[in-house]
Amino acid sequence: MGILNNSPALPVLILLPAAILIPLAGLVRERLAYHLAVLSTGLAAAVSALNLAKVLEGGAIHYWLGGWFPPIGIEYVLDHLSAFIVLVVNVIAFLVILHSRVLVAREIPAPGKHVPYYAVALLMLCGFNGILVTGDFFNLYVWLEISSLALYGLVAVGGKKSAVAAFRYLIMGTIGASFYLIGLAFLFTSTGTLNMADMKAVFPHIAGQPAAAVGLVLMVVGFGLKMALFPLHGWLPDAYTQAPSSSSALIAPVGTKVAAYVLFRLLFFVFVPEEAGRGLPVAQAVGWLSAAGIIFGSVMAIAQKEMKRMLAYSSIAQIGYIGLGIGLANSFGFIGAVLHVMNHAVMKALLFLTAGHFRMRLGHSRIPELDETARRRMPWTTAAFSVGALSMVGLPPAVGFFSKWYLALGTIDRSNWIFLGVILASSLLNAVYFFRVIERLYLVKSGPKDGESESAVSEAPASMLLPVLLLAAAIIVLGLLNAFVVKGVLQAAVPPGMT
Amino acid sequence: MTMSPFAPILVSLAAAVLILASGRRANLREAWTLAAAAAKFLLVLALLPPALAGRPAEAVLFELSPGVRFALRADALGVSFALLSSGLWILTSVYSIGYMRGLKEHKQTRYFASFAVCLSSAVGIALSANLLTFIVFYEILTIATYPLVIHKEAPAAVRAGRKYLAYTLTAGVVLIAAAAIVWRAAGSLEFTAGGIGGLAGAGAGTIKALFVLFLAGVGVKASVMPLHGWLPTAMIAPTPVSALLHAVAVVKAGVFGALRVVGFVFGPRLMADHGLNMVLAVFAGATIVLASLLAFKQDNLKRRLAYSTVGHLSYIVLGAALLAPTAYAGAVLHMAFHATMKITLFFCAGAIYVRLHRENISQLDGVGRIMPWTMGAFALGAVGLAGLPPLDGFISKWYLGLGAAEAGRTAAILLLVGSGLLNAGYFFPILQRAFFRPAKEKVEGKGDASPLLVVPLAATAALSLILGLWPDLGARFMTLAKTAAAAVFGGGP
Repeated sequence: MGILNNSPALPVLILLPAAILIPLAGLVRERLAYHLAVLSTGLAAAVSALNLAKVLEGGAIHYWLGGWFPPIGIEYVLDHLSAFIVLVVNVIAFLVILHSRVLVAREIPAPGKHVPYYAVALLMLCGFNGILVTGDFFNLYVWLEISSLALYGLVAVGGKKSAVAAFRYLIMGTIGASFYLIGLAFLFTSTGTLNMADMKAVFPHIAGQPAAAVGLVLMVVGFGLKMALFPLHGWLPDAYTQAPSSSSALIAPVGTKVAAYVLFRLLFFVFVPEEAGRGLPVAQAVGWLSAAGIIFGSVMAIAQKEMKRMLAYSSIAQIGYIGLGIGLANSFGFIGAVLHVMNHAVMKALLFLTAGHFRMRLGHSRIPELDETARRRMPWTTAAFSVGALSMVGLPPAVGFFSKWYLALGTIDRSNWIFLGVILASSLLNAVYFFRVIERLYLVKSGPKDGESESAVSEAPASMLLPVLLLAAAIIVLGLLNAFVVKGVLQAAVPPGMT
Repeated sequence: MTMSPFAPILVSLAAAVLILASGRRANLREAWTLAAAAAKFLLVLALLPPALAGRPAEAVLFELSPGVRFALRADALGVSFALLSSGLWILTSVYSIGYMRGLKEHKQTRYFASFAVCLSSAVGIALSANLLTFIVFYEILTIATYPLVIHKEAPAAVRAGRKYLAYTLTAGVVLIAAAAIVWRAAGSLEFTAGGIGGLAGAGAGTIKALFVLFLAGVGVKASVMPLHGWLPTAMIAPTPVSALLHAVAVVKAGVFGALRVVGFVFGPRLMADHGLNMVLAVFAGATIVLASLLAFKQDNLKRRLAYSTVGHLSYIVLGAALLAPTAYAGAVLHMAFHATMKITLFFCAGAIYVRLHRENISQLDGVGRIMPWTMGAFALGAVGLAGLPPLDGFISKWYLGLGAAEAGRTAAILLLVGSGLLNAGYFFPILQRAFFRPAKEKVEGKGDASPLLVVPLAATAALSLILGLWPDLGARFMTLAKTAAAAVFGGGP
């Protein structure tokens, strides 16, 4: 009773005060900031798990902030889709924050910056949670701005180059947000409501009006940009590469997924794009752009010499999987896309964190300079990296295989052989750029300059190793048990009417 | 109470962990390998009676994908492959220890651990009850073999590893596409004797596309030409690896896949209706001839054996393609019997390398007198591969020939006879050099290679002879093959 009745709002209500409390706690003792961040993200993850359990038991939960009824008040809605993605985001965030203590101290050496770092990180996560649970289009915009501004900060804190990358991201992100806002304005003037459920009810009456079509397209473009949908991905490689490793590990696995969630919501739950006038193939356009993005991102990843930059391009390709699932617009495509939100979050968090380990212990993560030394000094990290890499290639029983499996089933249902070819080709391209690294880590002999002492085991500290090993285990376990997730959650999340 | 088919898979997986954990104590580490190999063989043996009785042991775990379970079923065909790979693993383990220690090889822990994982996945492939489970183990096998191929870590080995991955990973994704299409077309991925029922309703275009995908998917590991390129290159691996993986587990996983696809996915009727058997037979026939001819050109002993393997694998594919019960039984038999002979030859090649550091056939003059046991075993294996009695190679080939006659394919019979002559042509000169030419150079020391090497190779040679005289002894390969063929063709044409 009591507090749990407010559970849809709880993750936000935990993270927002924590973000404000952290600077205060930091005044007392700097280390408190980290502990508070771990505590609050852990709590948020636990509450999200409870919320998902509640949704599975009793269906979608509607929550009216302050007791105001929609459409006047703001509504929070947790259905299968949002509850699931909220859980994924919060669990990954918890593990990455748990991992961050040593790495943040190392990568952000400026005194007094740790405290604001955690405050900003929690603010960003709070924004993500808000976007995921809100049932109100304008409230979504507010959360988008909160999370984005915090995100720019997290990127900029890395150093001189990162400030430039963050500024570029800021410009692009603001353009995206503006697109969304303008699109929303079109729809608001036509429908007179900002509530998603309301909009859905009114929409069939205005479908066919140019304003509806223009509004929808603008909103999709806006979030396509935030999602790094090809060719709107330009901000991503620099931002992920220049940000401190802790930031990239926090942003890359979940940031773009939140934008992808908004596309799910827009295209499959609120609007039926075919009705938006003149048979507008919005979802299909997203699908084809994503297919192009998969190939582009993979080929670019092969060309990269810096591991984090390679992972960034790989992210563009992997986001393409989600977009491809959207483009298929059938139930297997949808399941594959949503499952990949989880799968890619787990894999990318693992890979960016291990890249952080390499940077910390070797001082760099440049692929041509990696050799056996890395493996000898960090056997567990290297093994975890390999597990993540094999999963990215899509080898069973790792999670990466099953994303591809469901997406492949979706393409077959649509008889879209080009998409099927793209998915399979992407597996092989992934193999090229990941085995290139694995080969160096295991087979390239270290140069003569390495003495005995350099080869001694100096694995990352336990606080960093534990989350990484957990993620590596999750890759296998979630892969083997994916049918539980698919049957338990995702099949119920499939939008009504989709086959 | 029947034995769960999961037990033999888990035994070697657990052994891999123990091997990694005891990397610093070599004797303990090798003890794990040997114990796991023995236990695995016994566990597979326990699956034999139910398979022969027509009530295969089954195990179903959770779902891998809604509607497709992670399931195992130890039917006659599967048990045949499982017995073969787990049985030969025991001998290979003994031999590996002798070989790796004899050459003081590096990274033996990685080697033995990868070996154990390979065997787990090979038996997993054998016992998979459906296509998705099959793919899971098939891909694990691909990855677990990679560390063995690149074991030497020299640039040539790394290149061989890349080539191996390029071929096998491509085949893997093609196989995944094939499985996905079957699932949507037939609504089932269960291996069903005589073919998956739902597939009959699919259009001719779908069936033909599926056939091409499957041919590429299993054809790489089965090294059907022109997909065989990785196999001779991968001979850079240590010889026990070549022996077990490239004559037994990996390549046999490919032909086993072909037998599964022909008998348990498409089924004889669908194959015949769409004329797919002819396509398969042409590929197999061409491979048999070309590989035998290419074998003549090889001076490196292991490469000659590799091309010989390519040819013999296609015997098995041809046996499946003939779509006659006796030919299918012959194919299943040849899967097992070729293994006992080919592993003998690889063991011999390895023993020669350890003892004399010679790899080329032109260096083998007079070796028969230095290493009588080794070359004696080699002679037995070579005679068997040429298809002469009383070796087991004669038996399986006889059944293949009978099957060809049953199917009315005279061309296939001629092919088998011709290939036997070619086999004799590229093997017998080796024997002639070894036994009848004087040695060119002096050899240090006396006697054959170490007993750890000679005992296993003598054992496999003896096995080839015993199975040639009593093909149904012990593992009941003959009965298993006939049971499998009867299952596939029971209701068919």
